[in-house]
Amino acid sequence: MVEFEVDGEPVKVFEGQTILDGLRKKGIDTPTLCYGETLRPANVCRVCVVEIEGARVLAPSCSRKAEPGMKVRTDSERVRHSRRLVLEFLASSTDLSTAPEAEAYCAEYEAAPERYGPPAPPDPDRDRKRAGHHLEPDGLTAATVYAPVKVDNELYVRDYSKCILCYKCVDACGDQHQNTFAITVAGRGFDARISTEYVVELPESACVYCGNCIAVCPTGALMFKSEHDLRAAGEWDAEGQTVTTTVCPYCGVGCNLDLHVQDNRIVKVTSPADHDVTQGNLCIKGRFGFQHVQGP
Amino acid sequence: MDIKLIDAEATAAERAALDHLLGPPTSSWEGGIRVPERDTRTAATGHAQRSRRHELLPALWAIQERIGWISPGAINYVCERLTVPPADAYGVATFYAMLSTEPRPSRVVHVCEDLACRCHGSQELIAQIEERFGGEGELSDDGSATWYRSPCLGQCDRAPAVLVSDASETPRESVLAPVTASTALAVLAGGEPPALVFPPLPQEDEPSLRLLRRVGRVDPVSLDDYRAAGGYAALRRAIELGPDGVLREVKDAKLQGRGGAAFPTGVKWEAVARQPARPHYLICNADESEPGTFKDRAVIEGDPFALIEAMTIAAYATGCELGYVYLRGEYPDAHRILGAAIDAARERGLLGEDVMGEGFRFELVIFKGAGAYICGEETAIFNSIEGFRGEPRNKPPFPVVEGVFSKPTVINNVETLVNVLEILERGGPGFAAVGTEASTGTKLFCVSGHVVRPGVYEVEFGATLRELLELAGGLAAGSELQAVLLGGAAGGFLRPDELDLPLTMEDARAAKTTLGSGVVMALDTTVDLPRFLQRIAAFFRDESCGQCVPCRVGTVRQQEALARLVNGHGRGDEVELIREIGQCMRDASICGLGQTASSAIESAIDRLGVFK
Repeated sequence: MVEFEVDGEPVKVFEGQTILDGLRKKGIDTPTLCYGETLRPANVCRVCVVEIEGARVLAPSCSRKAEPGMKVRTDSERVRHSRRLVLEFLASSTDLSTAPEAEAYCAEYEAAPERYGPPAPPDPDRDRKRAGHHLEPDGLTAATVYAPVKVDNELYVRDYSKCILCYKCVDACGDQHQNTFAITVAGRGFDARISTEYVVELPESACVYCGNCIAVCPTGALMFKSEHDLRAAGEWDAEGQTVTTTVCPYCGVGCNLDLHVQDNRIVKVTSPADHDVTQGNLCIKGRFGFQHVQGP
Repeated sequence: MDIKLIDAEATAAERAALDHLLGPPTSSWEGGIRVPERDTRTAATGHAQRSRRHELLPALWAIQERIGWISPGAINYVCERLTVPPADAYGVATFYAMLSTEPRPSRVVHVCEDLACRCHGSQELIAQIEERFGGEGELSDDGSATWYRSPCLGQCDRAPAVLVSDASETPRESVLAPVTASTALAVLAGGEPPALVFPPLPQEDEPSLRLLRRVGRVDPVSLDDYRAAGGYAALRRAIELGPDGVLREVKDAKLQGRGGAAFPTGVKWEAVARQPARPHYLICNADESEPGTFKDRAVIEGDPFALIEAMTIAAYATGCELGYVYLRGEYPDAHRILGAAIDAARERGLLGEDVMGEGFRFELVIFKGAGAYICGEETAIFNSIEGFRGEPRNKPPFPVVEGVFSKPTVINNVETLVNVLEILERGGPGFAAVGTEASTGTKLFCVSGHVVRPGVYEVEFGATLRELLELAGGLAAGSELQAVLLGGAAGGFLRPDELDLPLTMEDARAAKTTLGSGVVMALDTTVDLPRFLQRIAAFFRDESCGQCVPCRVGTVRQQEALARLVNGHGRGDEVELIREIGQCMRDASICGLGQTASSAIESAIDRLGVFK
């Protein structure tokens, strides 16, 4: 066991566990966005940073391993400042309307994204931005990642105006879950975006429609088409939905399915992240193969 | 090969470019013609096939240099050859500014718009090109040439500068510096780029030079000249001392890294030498991209064998058998000269299986960067070499434990490494006798801007900024110093009344500034400081890798706030906002780029009183 100190109180975690593990054990509420239970920490959003005594800069609690005797502060002015600014940066550049967690963090940290100016309109050329070049801003609007929604298949929708570039979808599509490698982070800096090769549409890419990227997306940038369409029609009713856990009938692996049902129709399918078999992952059949249940 | 390809075919020229680098494909499993009796009874898949990712960036370069851009068909063939998913290859290709995934003509003129060139008319140059040729990215009449703005090209001692990339079967890159608008326009019209004239070292006749003592005085590609001028005595001495003896001398010398972070080199070397995991790797960080920095280029162009010898010693002391020189892509002359020197050293048994007949192996390769300041960050270099996007890694683990290919890695700047020769020749304590107690030895400074004789200067640690500026001839008669940018875009400004600052690591730290990479850029009163700051802000926005939120968005918000101040649309809270953004970038960014992205701008506010 490793013993260290959090806000003046001792906490013990197993060797190899992170500061975040310790914080959760202590019940200290810590915001996270790019962190995923089933993925290796990308530690890119920096909203979970904490102050470690003696360190020059703040540390991401999600990835920093706990060390004996470490003195961690989660409530210092520096910590609150960075968390607030990170949330402001995201809220001023990204559409967080389907990311209730992020919105709650913004309220908690009194983030004021409006002080950076009114958001700039969507950029249809965002996918083709060249690394190392940009148009000089006038400062009258705040640059955003807004871009047209991508609807290029029947199963799911990609709305990268909502993307906070947490890397989770890329990691889930790549060597951490699916090993399909259909998507990547392309471009650089503020113009970095999730893309297929040469921005080809999903049906032409390597995508196998497992939907495991949707499962890990923290902001709703990746969404079931069924959910997207209901939201567009103003009929999405998360409160009125029931979730039924069942076992996927297609093969013998035994994946658990959580069927999200609204008005007696399946509107999306997930799998519990803590399920031994799936770790939240499914294949196209389990994820999307439910139409026959409600077919004519 | 089990990857889904794009629906596009590589052209014969694209295939030839890649085959020239990798050799012809051995089977249809890696993109060759299918020969049933050969290819149907074997399968080339699995780890062995997927272990070629580190060849990705060189492969993309091969296409870029031959064709001028990387087409979907070309990426397809790269991916077939190396078993890399096309999406991944596209992510890497779009990361680097010198690679293009959109059609580009064979000739591209990269026009520096960065800090030092601004002091020497680059904005007027760009205005002339815009007026007489056309805007950025527009094509010449015959469609064979275009131009783009570029960040610092590392030619600040002969500003303004352009870099001409000619894609062809015999690709060529040429630096034109100093360049006039008429020359740039002639090149854009298809004219032959004039040969670069290497200016002499400003301290040419100074007998006390150490690191620069051979630069400009010996033929840089002649091994005989190098040996006649004392070359390879240090390696001989290192072998006498043995690896532990070398480590002891380097520690006794108290050598600190010259790349900006000033980490004790001996400590780094010893940590790698003691790592049980094998192999160990050595990397020379020659991705010198800090605006205003050109010292490493001067050393490589003028004395490449010194770097090769120093790296051989470092490898010997730390147990490395393979070394990389990660050289920035904008340095064609350094690449050519260093490449020739490495070949010559290998031919004479000074690199290879049995160095100097002493029974140790060391091979050295040049890895060409592709236009990304962030790849000067040590862990970003690892990702770049491994064929991933040049995004920094979180530390810990530190490079001495897990560096390139997840193995213990020594990574040092060019200048740091060449100091090792001095240490072995003079002994550690002898080396430490020069300079100050805490900053030992001599330091190279890149003096540029409005001084009479810009160039690389070598002075002992402890010389004052005033003395250094006087060495460079001071400012031209009639002009008045406004400020000095010390340490580059990631450094800070000093006022004219602060010139008595002794140039040491400790004095700089005490004065809340940094020597950084040794940039000393003198700005006279003609410089429009707010516009100058805007360029710094634009630089960081362009060069942020985009991985972490504080830097990805912070650099943009910082630039927007500056724009409001400069354009007179301020809302009154901009200076405070810049400080708040700076604090977050400094505290919460993953790497040094974000952590220093506001330092020059904040120092201009604090020390120079800009926007007061």
